[in-house]
Amino acid sequence: MLKGEHVTVRYGDHTVVNDLSFHLREGMWLMLAGPNGAGKSSLIHAVSQGVPYGGVITLEGKDVRRYKPTQLAQKIGVLSQKNNVGYAFSVEEVVSLGRYAHARGFLAGKDEQGDAQVEYALELTGLTGLRKANALKLSGGEMQRMFLAQVFAQDPSILILDEPANHLDLVYQKHIFSLISEWLKTPGRAVLSVVHDLNLAKKYGTHAVLMNNGSCVAQGELAQVLTPQNLQTVYNMDVYGWMREMLAQWQ
Amino acid sequence: MKKKTDHFSWWMYALYALILAAVMLLCICVGSVNIPLKNTLTVMWNTLWGLELPQGVSKNIILKVRLPRVMNVALVGACLSLCGAAMQGLLRNPLADGTTLGVSSGASLGAVIALAFGVALPGMENAGTVGMAIVFAFLSLLLILSLSYVLDRSMSTHSIILIGVIFSMFTSSAMNLIITFAQEQVKSIVFWTMGSLSGTHYRHSLLLAAGLLVCGGIIFGHARELNAFAVGEDNARHIGVNVIKVKLTILIAVSVLIGICVSVSGTIGFVGLVMPHMTRMVVGPNHKRLLVSSVFSGAVFLMLADLAARTLLSPVELSIGVVTSLVGAVAFIIIFYRTRKAG
Repeated sequence: MLKGEHVTVRYGDHTVVNDLSFHLREGMWLMLAGPNGAGKSSLIHAVSQGVPYGGVITLEGKDVRRYKPTQLAQKIGVLSQKNNVGYAFSVEEVVSLGRYAHARGFLAGKDEQGDAQVEYALELTGLTGLRKANALKLSGGEMQRMFLAQVFAQDPSILILDEPANHLDLVYQKHIFSLISEWLKTPGRAVLSVVHDLNLAKKYGTHAVLMNNGSCVAQGELAQVLTPQNLQTVYNMDVYGWMREMLAQWQ
Repeated sequence: MKKKTDHFSWWMYALYALILAAVMLLCICVGSVNIPLKNTLTVMWNTLWGLELPQGVSKNIILKVRLPRVMNVALVGACLSLCGAAMQGLLRNPLADGTTLGVSSGASLGAVIALAFGVALPGMENAGTVGMAIVFAFLSLLLILSLSYVLDRSMSTHSIILIGVIFSMFTSSAMNLIITFAQEQVKSIVFWTMGSLSGTHYRHSLLLAAGLLVCGGIIFGHARELNAFAVGEDNARHIGVNVIKVKLTILIAVSVLIGICVSVSGTIGFVGLVMPHMTRMVVGPNHKRLLVSSVFSGAVFLMLADLAARTLLSPVELSIGVVTSLVGAVAFIIIFYRTRKAG
């Protein structure tokens, strides 16, 4: 569905993503893993057209740069790491903005299917009771759920997530990840995400791209990528040993 | 499922229109010479339908002095308030407005240059001033935004406003420089920079109304996009807004409108800052309601400010900018304090 070839992102002289290729197919949850500064988020920004990049990214065979913004938004939804709201919009207003790409102009008010989709998204994320709440006064978890609801209202076939559960309590982390994995069960969908926490990557991912200093160290099926040797190279530590040690505390 | 709508119902608009008409009549009746409401209504009604005017009615004061002035004041207030609302949404910054961002002073500089060097365009009497004010308003906005982008990639609220303030200082120096050397036109320039709508004519109303219709129409047409920008620019891009195109369109519409206002009335500070903000407190941040409400509140506020300027120290007439800036400065500090506390 989504394919990147020789993607390169530079900030000034600094190359943050170097000649990276990936292929996201239907049903896949592709995890971008790697230490801080590996270029994971920059790659996501390139895919969502947030930064200029070299190389080509294609969606269903067509260069994403050639899509109109609304066409692209109908197919790709993005949930970013840091989300906040400028003014005191209600939760419902923010979630309804997800319908922008589907119904614009004077007919926007009569988007029946859109209203149903918004309703469904609110219900799915458990925000129906908070629909009239002031978005400025939400907690971090509620805020992230609101933007997830917006993406669900947008109804894309590819979901791009940049650390979606960062700074969230465990209960919301679990909630959001299970929501997304439920969402992925419908045919024709795929997820590309940056996840810092290797535990989450291992539990929910199907495939992975392991990055270090902007380059790809390994990619493919999750089990083949997150091997002790690869992680040792990238993180410069015995990740498997550390994880077992952590787990042992709970037994 | 209940029917949802972002717009007001018709009675809300009717209420706005009623308030607007009432304030307008008040401003026409009250002044150095008070005119009874009945006379005002008679004159306006009879003129509208081409009827004979009764004897002893101050026709000239109403039709030649007060009405054009009040109309222009209302239109300028509406335009400035609308521009402020649009910029505050677009830049996601409650302190954005023509004056704080330096657009108004840029427009003033353009107009002063046109006055001093006699820049003229064919077609209309003041076309040179209007044209230069519009061009300079847009260039200023472009310059300020690109400078703040270069200096601070995140384009934070504070850096944009800081640069706007510095730019305003720069333009006022440049203006003083021009005034120093433009001896012949000094009188007309100084009179104009004081910011006043006395002595404006119906043709100014026409220009302002046309500007409001065209630019305001463009801004109203982008209410949904403004909502998206007000939530966040990245989010706007993610949901499919053509960020650069929309931003540029709105900025051009805003600068044209500010340019027109400045060329008619000089710089009138703070209307665009205070009115959208106060309006937002009442109707909420949704631009489908906010924009139209700002137009009405801006018109009403500036008409009352003009009334105060005319009557408070009568027979001395204050500049309207004095009144708005006095109210505005206090409001600015309150807004700043509140947003800092919230953020």
